[in-house]
Amino acid sequence: MQLINMREMKERQSGKIKAIRARRELGRRIRDMGLVPGTEFLVKGRAPLKDPVALRIAGFTLTLRNSEADFIEVEVE
Amino acid sequence: MVHTIALAGNPNSGKTTLFNALTGARQHVGNYPGVTVEKKTGVYKIDDREFSLVDLPGTYSMTAYSLEEVIARDFIATQKPAVVVDIVDAANLERNLYLTLQIIEMGVPVCIALNMMDVAKSRGVRIDAPRLSALLGVPVVPTVARNGTGKKELMAAAAQVADTYAGPKELNVSYGEDIDSALAEMEPIISRGQFLTQYYPARWVALKYLEADEQIVSAGRRADAHVSEKLEQIAGRVASHLNRTLDTDAESIIADHRFGFIKSIIRQGVIEVENEQNRLYLSDQIDKVLINRLAGPFIMAGVVLLLYHFTFAFSEIPAAWMESGFAALRGMAEAHMAEGVLKSLVISGIIDGVGGVLGFVPIILLMFLGITILEDSGYLARVAFMLDRVFKVFGLHGSSVMPFIVSGGIAGGCAVPGIMAARTLKSPKERLATLLTVPFMNCGAKLPVFALLIGAFFASHKAWVMFAVTLMSWGGALAVAWVLRKTIIRGTATPFIMELPPYRLPTVRGVLIHAWERTWQYIRKAATVILAISILLWALMSFPGLPADQAEIFGPGQEAALAGAELRHSVAGRIGTSLEPVTELAGFDWRTNIALVGGFAAKEVIVSTLGTAYSMGEIDAEEASGLSRRLARSPQWGPLTAFALIVFVMFYSPCFVAVVCIAREAGSWKWAVFSVAFNTVLAFVLAVSVYQAGSLLGLG
Repeated sequence: MQLINMREMKERQSGKIKAIRARRELGRRIRDMGLVPGTEFLVKGRAPLKDPVALRIAGFTLTLRNSEADFIEVEVE
Repeated sequence: MVHTIALAGNPNSGKTTLFNALTGARQHVGNYPGVTVEKKTGVYKIDDREFSLVDLPGTYSMTAYSLEEVIARDFIATQKPAVVVDIVDAANLERNLYLTLQIIEMGVPVCIALNMMDVAKSRGVRIDAPRLSALLGVPVVPTVARNGTGKKELMAAAAQVADTYAGPKELNVSYGEDIDSALAEMEPIISRGQFLTQYYPARWVALKYLEADEQIVSAGRRADAHVSEKLEQIAGRVASHLNRTLDTDAESIIADHRFGFIKSIIRQGVIEVENEQNRLYLSDQIDKVLINRLAGPFIMAGVVLLLYHFTFAFSEIPAAWMESGFAALRGMAEAHMAEGVLKSLVISGIIDGVGGVLGFVPIILLMFLGITILEDSGYLARVAFMLDRVFKVFGLHGSSVMPFIVSGGIAGGCAVPGIMAARTLKSPKERLATLLTVPFMNCGAKLPVFALLIGAFFASHKAWVMFAVTLMSWGGALAVAWVLRKTIIRGTATPFIMELPPYRLPTVRGVLIHAWERTWQYIRKAATVILAISILLWALMSFPGLPADQAEIFGPGQEAALAGAELRHSVAGRIGTSLEPVTELAGFDWRTNIALVGGFAAKEVIVSTLGTAYSMGEIDAEEASGLSRRLARSPQWGPLTAFALIVFVMFYSPCFVAVVCIAREAGSWKWAVFSVAFNTVLAFVLAVSVYQAGSLLGLG
């Protein structure tokens, strides 16, 4: 178990959200899409230029930019 | 009394499909007052009752951050629909219920459509609808919007809710000790002061104050500054306490508890999983290829080329029908009307003007058929995903790519559907920057101008010059977008957080309805504003007429020369002539100026007007194809002038059809006027720079 920033995750790596450091609008949007502490996900892939990143969560796929992933702290194996 | 039913739900929950299934073709598309978000309304009849249905914008939440959410929220609070039908994706229950919870908290009558039950079932997930209904305290009706299953039961349940509604239900989600005690303190203050309570329940208002919701807090200040201040004090106290002790804010705590509440409901036997199969298995497999970092971009290029080919190949035939239809009309007017101003107005002003505009209809219809298929299938979101990094550099968004390509990013598009395609962009600043820069792309109407000039002056390097022209338009558009986003449309990037919906086969009905809606909106515009502008341009190019004594000089067989003389005498001609001292800086004479004025009507007009203007004073009326040779021979023209003109045509004012579309899509004529003025000034500065620099280097 270790805590890392979501940006540092590799493709096909899975993790569990530990904390969302963003507030106001960005924080709100991240949470509204179901990314809340405790959510488990898999890094499904990255765009050709490595940004944005696609996350596979239980029932759906989300994409976010690296600059947004910076605010998300993840627990990985 | 006709009851209003509002449909709310997440994007991709099947909301629009359900709306289409319920209302069929009986729908009306308009805008919410003052904004450009589409408002769809329709009628549903059951027995002898009639309901008015409103399709609210798809949202994930009910905050004040996005326009769609504010609209949905305001509609529910102020229009007080008899019932809000919340469409919930059964295969994605948890995230969808997050919105449901917020709607129930607004204290309005709610009925849930548990949609895509078939998908959930095939995945081996059974959802206990009665149980969910009991836990939430609202009716839950299973539906499959794609084939209409359950729509009757849903509407019957909705009607029942509307008839028996007896005031807000208390759900009383617990938000943890800090928030709960603040709520307990705030609620009596709100109720006693009747503070915003004509629209919202007291608890909801208190929650919004804790969340520091800008829209509600400012509405509150206007309603009762004294009460508002008391609430803000409490909220401020909670905020600083949470910040100090937990390093977080009330908004996060509230959201976490909402998800916690939903999890607790789902755990109470709502979902039963029998050998779960991954519903997204197929989508994930497809994505392995389509958004593969190496293969993805190539496939994307192929899809875009296919879209182009499809649109332009198939629109040629109906476009030719329309053309011959208008030619027939023209012929009739030619044969049956008496010579004079009225005839000229009917032919050149009305038939040619409206005909030119309606000539776009097949392209728009087909382009939107294609785009809707790409959008509904889920592929468009992948395109945005793959290209976002590139567009982000220029202050745009991954979703800007379609408008650019449609407008002529690959030479030969059209800015009109391109501007309309910008609607898929949800972030307002990026969207405006996209609207204002797509007209720089090389649309199909600019191509004949480029072809003429390249043919006359760069015949030996045709392909290279054309390639350079394409690069210039992309470079120019992206550079302008960058500048706009640093200056007048300044602001941090809107968060990109976007769902990649599972791949789905689009429904024929959904695609047809959507494509037709866009086309119809365009046709309606053609019948009103566009007709008026077309007549105005005709008048500019026809009046004042050439005095009889001057017209007599031209004999039979010199009609083309006569037309040229008439053009010079007209207002447009005078504008062109009077601008000559200025435009000389870019190497343009009065003839070119008139053509460029005419080009505002439609860029195709540039070539034909140049033809008319250059036939002046010639004894033999040469054919249009001779224009190229004539320009090449003319002493005023050279490769440098031609290149300056190419640059000018590429960047100057969009044609008026596009301008009307910009006004509509940007929600204000201010931006349309800006686009005309800014683009023209920019184009002129660039053309002058090219011409002057070239002259200094001795290239003229």
